[in-house]
Amino acid sequence: MTPKPTLLKIFDWLSVICLIVATYLALVFAPTELVMGQVQRVFYFHIGTAWVGLLGFIFSALLGIVYLVTKDMKWDIVEVAAVEISVVFFFITIVLGAIWARPAWNTWWTWDPRLTTAAITELVYVAYFMLRAGIEDPDRRARFGAVYALLGGLSAPITFMAIRLFRSIHPVIIGAANENQEKMSMSGDMRVVFFFALFAFTVIFIDLFWNRIRLGQLQEKVERLKLKVM
Amino acid sequence: MQLRPSFLKATLAVVRKDLSAEFRSRELLSAMLVFSMLVILIFNFALELEPATRKEVSAGVLWTTFAFAGTLGLNRSMAVEKDRGCLDGLLLAPVDRSAIYFGKVISNLAFMFIVEIIVLPIYSMLYGINLFNPGLLLVILLGSIGYIGVGTLLASMAVQARTREVLLPILLFPIVIPVLLSAVKASSGFLTGAPMTEIMPPLNLLIVYNLIFLAIAFMTFDQVVEE
Repeated sequence: MTPKPTLLKIFDWLSVICLIVATYLALVFAPTELVMGQVQRVFYFHIGTAWVGLLGFIFSALLGIVYLVTKDMKWDIVEVAAVEISVVFFFITIVLGAIWARPAWNTWWTWDPRLTTAAITELVYVAYFMLRAGIEDPDRRARFGAVYALLGGLSAPITFMAIRLFRSIHPVIIGAANENQEKMSMSGDMRVVFFFALFAFTVIFIDLFWNRIRLGQLQEKVERLKLKVM
Repeated sequence: MQLRPSFLKATLAVVRKDLSAEFRSRELLSAMLVFSMLVILIFNFALELEPATRKEVSAGVLWTTFAFAGTLGLNRSMAVEKDRGCLDGLLLAPVDRSAIYFGKVISNLAFMFIVEIIVLPIYSMLYGINLFNPGLLLVILLGSIGYIGVGTLLASMAVQARTREVLLPILLFPIVIPVLLSAVKASSGFLTGAPMTEIMPPLNLLIVYNLIFLAIAFMTFDQVVEE
């Protein structure tokens, strides 16, 4: 077994530090929002986890294509790692969003396009794992997983467009908003915390991603050794 | 004799095989039909379909019925191939694999259309709504193509898994939500007589979805049936 690379160890520590600093910045350093009050602090982690969650889903669709072209098992391991981490992060995003929505919108959940798309996307990737769990042959499992990751990655933006045919109340913080949406703006300090949270979660994502890929490689090794014994 | 039949010929051969098998046993169609009737009856009680609100909810009830009946048909049509080893035979044929996919799509679509053609007049009769609206029929055509196109690909994956029948709806529904949403939106637009500017966006979305997913299925079907 190859020892853990030093760079990965550094990343492990870096992500712990980043998480602590980001928590401090979000809970203490960031100014309290005027309208929403303390609960707005959840926003920094909400965006951070959403960003890495989406990143992983996009990765998995691209890795699905790479696997289908190359048929190299290593890409399947990377794809599973991306989906698995993103499912967890995305779930955290949804929960944090619900915590924010309770005081802000006076409800835990609304059928807004973003919320609905997020829920459906999460279900797509839960289905992804159910599909994989039902197939024993590793090659077939990898092929089906790749095809399904590709389909899921394509359908998510179309789902968003389909639901947008109805009106949205989700605040738009980055980028242009259309006239009927409330636009929130951030002060300078908030922006610092916001970008640090994005950075922190990117580091955490890379660290977990790397560890999970290593775990996948070790799992594959164990499978191979088992087959050799039998 | 030509050894490698053309793509169209191969596709039509698969369609002919499916249709003649189905018209002899009629097990798939009768199951889908009876099931659709039951779903409509259950909705009647579950939603208390009042005459005043019927127009708005009819599109939703119809599409839910089609979606449920569709999974039943898709599951069955692929399970038959798998159980009796027909799929291996099909794969051995010296034809492009995507011809098999399109053949299955066309025959599944045919079953879906037959069910829809029977359900629509019965629904109109039971609830006193005129569903014979050319716009609605167009939406049903487009929606069914998208649904069956993705469904056939996913059904051929699901039958190869351990949990097969249970797996198909779980795999299929989150992916076809754009189809169902825009189909419901466009259908209820046509039923309530909404202006065309309101109906066009979901209709365009349906067309785009169909093109994208039929192309993806065309490219990936090979990988799904490969042994």
